[in-house]
Amino acid sequence: MSKKNAAKDLFDAELFISSSLRTGVYLSAMVVVIGLLLYFAIGQSGYQSGEFPTTIGMVLAGILRFKPASIISLGLLLLIATPVFRVAASVLMFVLEKDYVYTIITLFVLCILIISFFLGKAL
Amino acid sequence: MSTGLSVVVFAFSLFAGFLGSLLGLGGGIIIIPALTLALGVRIHEAIGASIVSVIATSSGAAIAYVRDKITNIRIGMFLETATTLGAITGAFIAGLISTRLLSIIFGLLLLYSAFTMFKKRYSDLPTNVKTHPLAERLHLNSEYYDNALHQNVKYQVTGIYPGYAVMYGAGVISGLLGIGSGVFKVLGMDVFMKLPMKVSTATSNFMIGVTAAASAGVYFSRGDIDPLVAGPVALGVLLGARIGTKVMERLKSKTLRFIFIPVLIYIALEMLWKAR
Repeated sequence: MSKKNAAKDLFDAELFISSSLRTGVYLSAMVVVIGLLLYFAIGQSGYQSGEFPTTIGMVLAGILRFKPASIISLGLLLLIATPVFRVAASVLMFVLEKDYVYTIITLFVLCILIISFFLGKAL
Repeated sequence: MSTGLSVVVFAFSLFAGFLGSLLGLGGGIIIIPALTLALGVRIHEAIGASIVSVIATSSGAAIAYVRDKITNIRIGMFLETATTLGAITGAFIAGLISTRLLSIIFGLLLLYSAFTMFKKRYSDLPTNVKTHPLAERLHLNSEYYDNALHQNVKYQVTGIYPGYAVMYGAGVISGLLGIGSGVFKVLGMDVFMKLPMKVSTATSNFMIGVTAAASAGVYFSRGDIDPLVAGPVALGVLLGARIGTKVMERLKSKTLRFIFIPVLIYIALEMLWKAR
């Protein structure tokens, strides 16, 4: 690969990663805003004071009943997922660029992330 | 939580996001004391909110820094292998190792780094950096357009091994203590790998989100992420980070370092104080 080509690919890569982050950030911010506005409008979170959903199942169940706290939690979960989504998008990008060293590096990071999610459940 | 209180949380989160995006930190040093001391939020929920704040700062700021090529994504990805491995190690050895000893070691390392940074306070960009062969192989050397200097800045990368070790340590610390990994990432890149300060803070910003996301699931299922607290924090931090990126790109690396040094000393003293 010529030097010029490498520079061009990297530029595209940066735009790609930037927009994958922007998608995650805007989407999650929008959901949090909706949840907060609903909370201020009806004046209650949908749960007893000091309680809120702590699993994805509880969040989804709460959303079906338009509970403000679970809508905000969904937004926060989307925000938490954004960096993971960014790493996954980078794996794809390095594969498309045929940059195998970095494909392995990012895949490794993605694996560790997934392992740590499971470790978290066990802890 | 009342509307008024949410506005207060939003306001200081805005500041935390602003400062965090300038310096490559997560904003926990502002979020945690503000929530616990000023608003009486329980420590667990404050830490949960600060994890959300780290991810919000990172993702919010990286949109601009990555697009404008100030973040070196290859360095970020390469070093993430060290920080994530470190974070897992930290979770495993929790209880086996004295966090007190670690806090002392890393607190002293921070003080030493503050001194090193202070010595080069007048230099704007690193000079005479000899490329490490591995940097060449991994295409880590790069360039960015500096909006303060109005010129293209080319830079070389050195000190890969000590830099990598510091990143691993940063991961262990954040896995053990839950906070404070951004500052070590900036140091690893600035002091050991000799990157321009702007590249160091932007790349640290890029990386901290991944480290935090690795542990966020635990905090969520443990019930530490209260949506009524963390929601306003997330929005404030995201907006603050967006403003921060606009300011940072116009600042000189020198100025950035001036702001960084006192924050560094504060964190060092806090670590040593906790270990006393």
